[in-house]
Amino acid sequence: MASPSKEMLLDWYRQMVLIREFEETCHRLYEEKRITGVYLHLYSGHEASGVGSMAALRPSDHVITAYRDHGIALILGMDPGAVMAEMMGKKTGSSGGKGGSMHLASAQHNFWGGYAIVGGHLPLAAGIALEARYRGSDDVTMTYVGDGATNNGYFHESLNMSSIWDLPVVWIIENNGYGMGTEVDRASGQIELHRKAEAYGIKSLGRVNAQDALEVYAVATQAVDYARKHGPVVVEHVTYRYRGHGVSDKQYDAREDMSAELREWMECREPIKILRDQILKKHKGAKAILAAHEEDARRIVKEAVEFAEASELPNSYQELFQNTYAQSNLVHKTDMSVGAGID
Amino acid sequence: MAVRNVAMREAIRRALQEEMRRDDDVFVMGEEVAYWQGTHRVTRGFLEEFGERRVRDTPISEMAIGGVAVGAAMAGLRPVAEFMTINFAFLALDAIANHAGKVRYFFDGMFKVPLVYRAASGWGNQATASHSHSPEPIFAHFPGVYVGCPSNSMDAYGMLKAAIRDDNPVLFTESIALYPKPGPMPDDEDTDYLIPIGKGDIKREGADVTLVAYARGVDWALQAARQLAKDGVEAEVVDLRWLRPLDMELVYSSFKKTNRCVIVEESLPMYSFGSEIAALLQENMFDYMDAPIKRVAAEDVPLPYSKEIELLALPDAQKVADAVKEIV
Ligand SMILES: Cc1ncc(C[n+]2csc(CCOP(=O)(O)OP(=O)(O)O)c2C)c(N)n1
Ligand SMILES: [Mg+2]
Repeated sequence: MASPSKEMLLDWYRQMVLIREFEETCHRLYEEKRITGVYLHLYSGHEASGVGSMAALRPSDHVITAYRDHGIALILGMDPGAVMAEMMGKKTGSSGGKGGSMHLASAQHNFWGGYAIVGGHLPLAAGIALEARYRGSDDVTMTYVGDGATNNGYFHESLNMSSIWDLPVVWIIENNGYGMGTEVDRASGQIELHRKAEAYGIKSLGRVNAQDALEVYAVATQAVDYARKHGPVVVEHVTYRYRGHGVSDKQYDAREDMSAELREWMECREPIKILRDQILKKHKGAKAILAAHEEDARRIVKEAVEFAEASELPNSYQELFQNTYAQSNLVHKTDMSVGAGID
Repeated sequence: MAVRNVAMREAIRRALQEEMRRDDDVFVMGEEVAYWQGTHRVTRGFLEEFGERRVRDTPISEMAIGGVAVGAAMAGLRPVAEFMTINFAFLALDAIANHAGKVRYFFDGMFKVPLVYRAASGWGNQATASHSHSPEPIFAHFPGVYVGCPSNSMDAYGMLKAAIRDDNPVLFTESIALYPKPGPMPDDEDTDYLIPIGKGDIKREGADVTLVAYARGVDWALQAARQLAKDGVEAEVVDLRWLRPLDMELVYSSFKKTNRCVIVEESLPMYSFGSEIAALLQENMFDYMDAPIKRVAAEDVPLPYSKEIELLALPDAQKVADAVKEIV
């Protein structure tokens, strides 16, 4: 089993506290109406799932996910200022303000984006992996998918195709117990979600306690190695969403026993605390470094907010229409709309 | 008829509830419709009143929601299947266009398909490109399916009841922006207040220009009409209510009086409601036409997240008034 170095563990801690600080700040900014809109799905509680699994990747590998995408973006090293500016729809945002919270991406980091239609990104993942297989590269595509999305046709068609074409995809099912307000067992006949792999002849590495970054990492290294050498593989991460489904869907978090359930996860399975204890057990002297990472996270996010708020909103027709199409000189343009021809 | 003011969401809820009380074959299915009372609160209280047999939560499986409704309807039930938003009905387009709308035809009348698809529609509030559609015309493209798009509580109430009682598949869209809008609706329980499928309505009379609209576009047209009246221009507002079948007789009779027309819609401009009405007007009303037909729609672009450019893309009352001023 791969055993991560002290430097790696400290870096995971840095990533996890940065995500938590970023997400909790987003939550506060939304309440203060400094982030607007209707969709903002936070990764608080999920940190170890992303951090532990992406630590198994190399820079040339690929990553794609759904709308709960802020954490993934930060783990990959996207600039928190550009990510925060995207939340606010600013010109300086990573997608120029066009995409918002659900559509972060970074070509430079091989991050193929967050997608808002449940399951819609799964065939894209298979396509990205197809490119690698096609050109003979052994880069893998790490793909995150929710428990709810495993009941959607996109999931089944994509898994099957990845199987018959031996596509190098690591399918990570982030099982946080719910799709909006629906518990896994009210939505899926097979409640061991990783076993859906069996139907398509895909290898499953089973269920992982995804609040423990070390455990996540151990399985992810095997999964990535398998995908590189052979083809698709499925891992199920058991995790929990601390901030409910999303900021405008509070009704789904109102169930009576939900607050007790949430408290139980936060007290007994808190991913940052688990990692912290693991680090301090082995490296007693690391305390100061952990504190410095916490301090840095606060400063970085504060600066990100300042940068985002000081940036301008796009406000022209030119910006509205820009990038509807690639610039094309093969098209005979008779389009009468306002933005036609602008690029 | 005694009336009272309720939000459009409540009028829809009441219509559905009364139809379920009236007919045990009517049932609802969709994401979060039961336990969580509906994402838009339209099925609030239904699970408690009707139980799990008739109020069914589904997985996130739109293809199956679309097709299960067809099978159940063919077999004799009267499903009301909800798409959480119309954006997700694209995943069910095959079931809707190829099966709901065609099994009666390709089996030459052997089966009927008495179902209703309900879908929350429209855009705004920075919902972003893939969650910002008002694609009613896409669904109205296919013969075999009716499409209803109410603009207020009373119409929503009467139209949904008619849709549920009809033996054809109906796609019924509900503008998210109109859900909280209050308006009168019948006050008495178990009323047979039905608005026939395909019947439009004059929402305001005027002799100078005809504004043709549906759903949220009707509000923009009415606001524009009030603004234009201050400048001495009297606009007639035709609410078509159904995109299929289209009440063109109503449009023609208005147009014969005004000889001018602006078509208002929330959807995209190409291959649209506006294109269809304008084409029919020039084919059939050429002799009455005193000015070019104008269309006000969303800009021809995917919807951005950022709020100011999102507003640039959205039609509004001012854009309607401006279009009228170009032709009167
Ligand atoms: C095709 C489609 N149907 C419905 C929705 C609405 N919706 C958005 S997220 C969601 C729940 C998804 O749950 P899950 O896959 O478990 O991911 P999680 O939010 O828990 O991360 C639903 C139903 C959607 N965006 N797309
Ligand atoms: Mg989930």
